[in-house]
Amino acid sequence: MLVNVISIRSASSFNQLQSAVQTNFKTMKRLWFLLFLTPWWINKTNAQTPTSVMEAEGYKIPVYDFKNIDPILNRANDTVYVYNFWATWCIPCVEELPNFLKFDSAMHNQPVRVLLVSIDMKSQLRTKLVPFLKSRNITTPVVVLSDPDANAWIDKVDKTWSGSIPATLFVYKGQKHFHEGQLTYDELYQTVESLRKQ
Amino acid sequence: MKKAIFLFASLLVANATLHAQMKAELVTTAGYNVGDKVEDFNLKNVDGRMVSMGMFADMKGYILVFTCNHCPYSVAYEDRINDLNRKYNSKGYMVIAINPNDPTLVPEDNYDAMKVRAKEKNFSFPYLYDEGQTVMKKFGAQRTPHVFVVSNNGDKGNRIEYIGAIDDNYEDATAVKHRYVEDAVDALLAGKKPETTFTKAIGCGVKVKKA
Repeated sequence: MLVNVISIRSASSFNQLQSAVQTNFKTMKRLWFLLFLTPWWINKTNAQTPTSVMEAEGYKIPVYDFKNIDPILNRANDTVYVYNFWATWCIPCVEELPNFLKFDSAMHNQPVRVLLVSIDMKSQLRTKLVPFLKSRNITTPVVVLSDPDANAWIDKVDKTWSGSIPATLFVYKGQKHFHEGQLTYDELYQTVESLRKQ
Repeated sequence: MKKAIFLFASLLVANATLHAQMKAELVTTAGYNVGDKVEDFNLKNVDGRMVSMGMFADMKGYILVFTCNHCPYSVAYEDRINDLNRKYNSKGYMVIAINPNDPTLVPEDNYDAMKVRAKEKNFSFPYLYDEGQTVMKKFGAQRTPHVFVVSNNGDKGNRIEYIGAIDDNYEDATAVKHRYVEDAVDALLAGKKPETTFTKAIGCGVKVKKA
């Protein structure tokens, strides 16, 4: 997934972005040694080890429990991180998703990173999540948060969160902004802009 | 020609469905808190009859479960909701399930589909249709499933004792560590206050039409 993220980011247009993901898998096999040459990725993204990685249809999706995703949600640097909590079964999430995809590709040159945090059930990753991503050509990075004891972690994401999705967490230089409910493209844009101005 | 008309008609239906779904939004209205007195409701059951808590005045209390047909979390909990009723009905706490979704937004949750689901899953409790979504709003039910354990205090009325999740593992019933609803009801049956009175959970947001 890390390799995915990096190469997606280096692609300069949306079309390249799509083909980057499609060819990525093959390239990755050939360039596996790069993992050893570029340990700075690890520092830069503050990567955490996922609990498991789900591989299907060319997708490599890291699956985290809350303990492992928590440091990712708390990255504090000059990048604005936008974490969208969603699931394929959630109608309003699917409805707002295009705004995040559009925002992600608009921001490809900016220090802004969108991460789609799916809370689809573990048993439905192959049957629901991957076909969904594939059918919509989704290239924005996706991870899965699979931690059924939600009562133990909802408050840690944000005290005001009821547990309903969609919900979005913005993190910038250690500051957080949380929004429960849908977001329009303009709202996304304005939230990120106002965070960066602070 | 017939084919073309059929295709056109299906497109229309698909479009209408999509349009309805697009109006769906999440509810964030505040409702009852633990300790609050609860107003009774009178809603249509899947058998066509009206059901209220007052009809079952000999009960010690009620396990109200806002749930629905379409939500995978609700589906994951269907057997457990049945089990709750089997275990506690005879002890004085009955399950009453209420579908809070607007069926124009989620056709899978309409009244006829509720009847089918109740039969398929052999529901041993009332499954009520919250027409107009008034009860859902009063309670502040935000997702499905969302449980409100209510005690019946006779003349002093019904009171909220617990709000939240059924247990701590929607994915795997065999891996559950905390049975929040059972713990709450066990405490109440023993004449005590539940230790945990409020939990949060991931669930499907209740689908409400935008004003």
